[in-house]
Amino acid sequence: MSELLKHPGESQNNTLSPEGKAAAHTRRTFLLKLAVGLNVVVGAVLAVPLVGYLLGPAFKRDADTGSWITIGAAKDFPEGETRLVDFISPVKVLGDGQTAKLACWVRHISGEQFQVFAINCAHLGCPVHWFAQSKLFLCPCHGGAYYENGERASGPPERGLFEYKYKVVGESLVIHAGDMPTLATQASCGKKPLVNIEPAAVGARSSWQA
Amino acid sequence: MASLKQRGVEAGMKSYRWLEHRLGLIKPLTEAAAHPTPSSSASWWYVFGSAATVLLMLQVVTGILLALVYSPTANDAYGSLLILNHNIPLGWYLRAIHGWGSDFMIAIVLIHMTQVFLFGAYKFPRELTWIVGVGLLLLTLGMAFTGQVMRFDQDAYWGVGIGASIASRVPLIGAPLVHLVLGGPIIGGPTLSRFFTLHVFIIPGLLLAGVGVHVWMVLFHGVSEWPMPGRLVRKATYEREYKELTHKTGIPFVPDAAWKDAVFAVAILLSVMACAFYFGPIGPGGPPDPTIIQTAPKPDFAFLWIYAVLAFLPPPIETPLMLVAPVLGVAAMLLLPLFASQGERHWSRRPVAVLMVAVIAVALGAFTRLGTYTPWSPIMDAWTSDAVPPKYLHERTPLQRQGALVLQDKQCRDCHSLGGAGGLRGPALDSIATRMTEDQIIRQVLQGGGNMPAYGKALNPSETKALVSFLTTLRGDDLAPAINPAHSLTNTSDLQSLQPDLPKAGKRP
Repeated sequence: MSELLKHPGESQNNTLSPEGKAAAHTRRTFLLKLAVGLNVVVGAVLAVPLVGYLLGPAFKRDADTGSWITIGAAKDFPEGETRLVDFISPVKVLGDGQTAKLACWVRHISGEQFQVFAINCAHLGCPVHWFAQSKLFLCPCHGGAYYENGERASGPPERGLFEYKYKVVGESLVIHAGDMPTLATQASCGKKPLVNIEPAAVGARSSWQA
Repeated sequence: MASLKQRGVEAGMKSYRWLEHRLGLIKPLTEAAAHPTPSSSASWWYVFGSAATVLLMLQVVTGILLALVYSPTANDAYGSLLILNHNIPLGWYLRAIHGWGSDFMIAIVLIHMTQVFLFGAYKFPRELTWIVGVGLLLLTLGMAFTGQVMRFDQDAYWGVGIGASIASRVPLIGAPLVHLVLGGPIIGGPTLSRFFTLHVFIIPGLLLAGVGVHVWMVLFHGVSEWPMPGRLVRKATYEREYKELTHKTGIPFVPDAAWKDAVFAVAILLSVMACAFYFGPIGPGGPPDPTIIQTAPKPDFAFLWIYAVLAFLPPPIETPLMLVAPVLGVAAMLLLPLFASQGERHWSRRPVAVLMVAVIAVALGAFTRLGTYTPWSPIMDAWTSDAVPPKYLHERTPLQRQGALVLQDKQCRDCHSLGGAGGLRGPALDSIATRMTEDQIIRQVLQGGGNMPAYGKALNPSETKALVSFLTTLRGDDLAPAINPAHSLTNTSDLQSLQPDLPKAGKRP
């Protein structure tokens, strides 16, 4: 079995004379090498679009994702209160079903001042609950806690809650939604970095990244 | 009669020869099955590898049957699970077998790996068999995670969210990685399609190919002999010794050793069926609707320990640990046979190996146990559902009772227990006044610290006063209250009554 598997070149090199070696370099050997080379080239040409297709979602720029959507009338949010609002993701696609429904916490500070928090905990993305009495957001997964203004209070999160960019257009409260908020893809999808990141945490992160 | 039988046998042999002449597989396979194996390896300890393969086959068969009904779109997946559970005859049983089969498979793979490690069977010349086996373990865990997403309920949705959040912590390529995992900007249709493709095509393909290579290497090198203390593995001599051993004491794998594998396979299949029948299918839980936030997401059993570890990592080193530790762990497993390919195989001569198994097993067990009751998580409804024990309200002033109301209303119970009921995130408050003075309690409540949020903005002065006056009554079984020793020293009037000759401004004696 092992004799059969030996590389032809190896066994010939030792036994054949220089003339024999020259004879081994036949036109067929050359054609085989040429054909294998062509296969490598065609394989590469074929692979590029396949890999591009596979990695397509990864190369989409953040700025392409998301848009402004209305989540309700500004007057429906009483001042000083924080309320859960459902909305349909502006980036939903065919077949998303109920996963296209998202939720956010809207805090009406006063006048046209709002804060719109993602429900995703800044630790690992679980949905945070608002407790009006203790003025805290609590996460059910690992116990992350945030204050009323989204700042980190305690637990494993290294920063405050993610915030959506918002504006009041006429009577409507409009937010910019797109990417699922994570530490890399924050809730507001524009180029402006998020406010409300704790300076200490930012320092720790960037030093790790560097 | 005899001639009829003879003719029958001849006809059978003729068709066998016809088939084998064209197929050419039956003879080599029969010879491989009957390959000589050391008589010492015909042990009940050597049955786990074959049991894992049997479970893989069970998973393949039940998985294909489930795919007949399951609809892998985010829109319909949850509904098709309910149809499987309730409308398709025996659909619940198929789901149950597939779910319990996966739990059994992970357990058996881990036992198999532990046995191979403790028996030193990964040493020369079987290093690559171990390395491929580590790959098979990771693929099995990959099947478990993607399979948990197939059960597209609340836990699956938030589980994918946790996965994406971990991916987002990778430096530089975090955002593209999240998009790659999710197949888009949010968890949705493309996400489930991706995990379906992984669960049904990619990982099973790799798994079956890997098992093929793994089993081929077992046949190629033979089943490792039972380790003996003092019998060292040496690259120069091992293969000759093994050949002599199997030559002298070898028995054919089939049937002399394989009957134990067959018996164990039956036992394990019966166990899966019993669990499936008795406990039923696993889930689905609530619908995968992210606007329903009344949920405490939790991963499946095999990943509970990771879920628990993630609660305990300190924030500043969490990201590095989360990303680096798994790489180091896998690298250590892969490199193990290359660095320890020779020497002692018997566990009694490898105390470090035994200690490692013990420590890892205890750690995994402890974290899994913690993951089952998540003491770090606030209990979201404790403040409305758990009563204040009556004995803490007897003979209390109105202010103190008002404090008990504040304690409930401000959700302190979500993290602190009273009388054994309530959250476990913070310390139980039953004897808080024996550990903290009034001043310390006020400071802790208003400013927080040590993993407790500050309540300064959530409490007005009268609420604080009432709450603290209630908390100072909580002294366990009437233990002495905590006192501040410095307090009595700085109380100048007390000092003067004790030592009237001290000057009024009071230098410390």
